[in-house]
Amino acid sequence: MSEAAIDIAVQEPAVPPGGPPVGPLGLGAAWRRLPLSGRIGALVVAFWLVTALAGPWIAPYPIGAIVAGDVFEPPSLRHLLGSDYLGRDVLSRMLTGARYTVGLALASAAAASFMGASLALLAAVSARWIDEALSRFMDAMISLPSKVLALVMVAAFGASTPLLLMTLAVTYTPGAYRIARALAVGLNQMDYVQAARARGEGRFYIARSEILPNMINPVLADFGLRFGFVVLLLSGLSFLGLGVQPPNADLGSLVRENTSGLAAGAPAIVAPAVAIATLTIAVNLLIDGLSGGRLRAGGTGE
Amino acid sequence: MKGVAVLVLRRIGSAAIVLLLVSAIVFTISSLLPGDAASEMLGQSATPQAVAALRAKMGLNEPAPVRYAHWLGGLLRGDPGVSLADNLPVATLVASRLPKSLLLAGLTAAFATPLALALGILAAVRRDSAIDRALSLATLSMVAVPEFLVATLLVLLFAVKLRWLPSITIVPEHPSLWSFLRGYLLPVLTLTFGVVAQMARMTRAAVIDQLRQPYAEMARLKGLSPARVVLVHALPNAAGPIVNAVALSLSYLLGGAIIVETIFNYPGIASLMVDAVTSRDMPLLQACAMIFCAGYMILVLVADIAAILANPRLRG
Repeated sequence: MSEAAIDIAVQEPAVPPGGPPVGPLGLGAAWRRLPLSGRIGALVVAFWLVTALAGPWIAPYPIGAIVAGDVFEPPSLRHLLGSDYLGRDVLSRMLTGARYTVGLALASAAAASFMGASLALLAAVSARWIDEALSRFMDAMISLPSKVLALVMVAAFGASTPLLLMTLAVTYTPGAYRIARALAVGLNQMDYVQAARARGEGRFYIARSEILPNMINPVLADFGLRFGFVVLLLSGLSFLGLGVQPPNADLGSLVRENTSGLAAGAPAIVAPAVAIATLTIAVNLLIDGLSGGRLRAGGTGE
Repeated sequence: MKGVAVLVLRRIGSAAIVLLLVSAIVFTISSLLPGDAASEMLGQSATPQAVAALRAKMGLNEPAPVRYAHWLGGLLRGDPGVSLADNLPVATLVASRLPKSLLLAGLTAAFATPLALALGILAAVRRDSAIDRALSLATLSMVAVPEFLVATLLVLLFAVKLRWLPSITIVPEHPSLWSFLRGYLLPVLTLTFGVVAQMARMTRAAVIDQLRQPYAEMARLKGLSPARVVLVHALPNAAGPIVNAVALSLSYLLGGAIIVETIFNYPGIASLMVDAVTSRDMPLLQACAMIFCAGYMILVLVADIAAILANPRLRG
C-alpha cells in the first residue's frame, strides 16, 4: 500500500487561503454532498460498525462450538458461509472476528491520531528546536516501512491485545504527526493566531482554542485513512500469526487458520479476506468522497 | 549544473543521517526489554552462572550505547552477529535468502513497470474515457486490498479451478524456462496487483502535466498526430516524474513481499524476517529490518533525485 503517496495527497490541501472551509455541518448535508461512490462507502462502513457492535449477539452459533457435520462445508441454509477447518460455523466466527478487527483498528487509529495531533500542536507552538527535534525523529520513524516497524515491535513486546494496540498506534503516529504538523504550522502563521499572541494569550490557549478547532476536519479525514491502514496491517499481522492470538480471532486470523481449505475453495478462507477488503475499500471511497476526490494519488492531472 | 550536484549530494547525505537514526530506533526497540539474548539462548534450565558467563561473553553487560556502537560497527563491516535460533552467522543466512528476494522484486518490477507505463499513458491520452475512470477507481481500491486476498483469489483461479499453476513456489535447481515461469507467476502477479494501479495513476498525472504545456499545444496545432505529440514531445519531459512515480510505487513491494513470500512459501528475506519474529531471534530480525529500511530509503532517494534532476528551474 502506498501510504506515502496518500499521505502527500492528504497533506496537499494544507490550509485553504482565507481560512478553513466553512461548510454546512451535520450528517444530512454531508450525505447530500457525497458522490455515489462515497455513499456506497458510507453504507458499507456503517454496516461494519453495526456488525462490530452487534455481531456476537446475532451470531447463530457459539464461536468455539463445532456444530457442522464436516470441515470446510460449502454454504448451506444451516451454515450460510459453510464451516471452517474444525467444523465451526464460519458466519458466527466472522461476526465475532469483525469486532476484533474494527474495535482494535478504531482504538489504535484514534490513539495514533490523538498522539500525532497533540505532538503536532506542541511542535507548532513550542520553541523551534523542539519542533526540529520532533520532526527529525518522526521523519526517521516514517522511513521505517510500517510492516517492518510493527514486526520489530511485536518481536520485542509480544502480541497480547494491549501491546498490539500500542504497536499499531505507534506505527501510525508519525504519519498522523506529519500531516497535523503541516496544518498546525500553517495555521500558526494566520493573522488571528498572531493577534491572539499579541493579546498575550498563553501557548496552551493558542493551541487549544485558536489552532485545534481549525485543523479538526482534515485531522478527522486523516483518522479515517489511518483506520484503513490499521485494518490492513492488523489483518496482515494476524495472517502471519503475529497479531490477535488464539483462541481469539480477528478477520486476518480467520484467513490464516483456514489456509488448508484453499484447495477446496472453501468460503471459510475467501469470506473473511473479502470482508477485510470491503471494509478498507469502503473507508477509502468514503474519505475520498468527503475530501472531494483529493485522495486519488496524482490528482494534479485533474 | 553545479547547483543540482549540491542538491543531490545534500539529499544523499540526509538519507544517510536518517538511516543512522532508523538503525538507532530499530536497535532501541528490539533491545528495550530486559528479557535478554543469553537466557533465551540457554533456555529455561540454564544455571544463573552459565547465563552470567554468556552475558559477559556476548557483551550484554555493556551499557546500551556501547552495544549499539558495537552492533552498528558489525553491521557496517557486514557482520551483524550470530542468529540465536540456529547459531549460524546472520550474514550467511541473509546471503542465502537476499538474492531470491531481489529476483522476485526484479521480476515484479520488470513485469509491472511496462504494464503501468502503458496503462498510464493510455489513460492520459484518453482522458475521462472508460479506461481512465476504471484506472482511477482501481487505484483507490487496490491500495485497500490485502495482499493475501489477491494471492488467495489468484491461487483459487489458476491453481485450483484451472489447474494451470502450482499453488506454492517450487523452482527446481536448474529449471527450464517453463517451470521457472510457472513457479514465479503467481507471486509476481500478486505483487504486481499492488503496485500497478498506483504507478499507472502517477504516470498519467505526469504525462497530463506535460500535455498541458504550451509546447505540446504548439505540436498539436502544427498538425502532428496525437501519438507523436505524446511519445516524442511529452514523454521525454515527463521522464523525471515518471521515474519518481515508479520508484515510490516499487517501495510498496517491500511491504507486500512480507505477506507474499509467506503465503507462497518463498524462501526470501521477508519470510526469514517473519521466522525471526516468531522465534524472537533479535540479531537476525535487526539485520533483516535494516535491509528492508535501506531498500526503502534507496527507492525514495532515487525518486527524490529523479524529481530534482527533472526540475528545470534547478537545471541551468
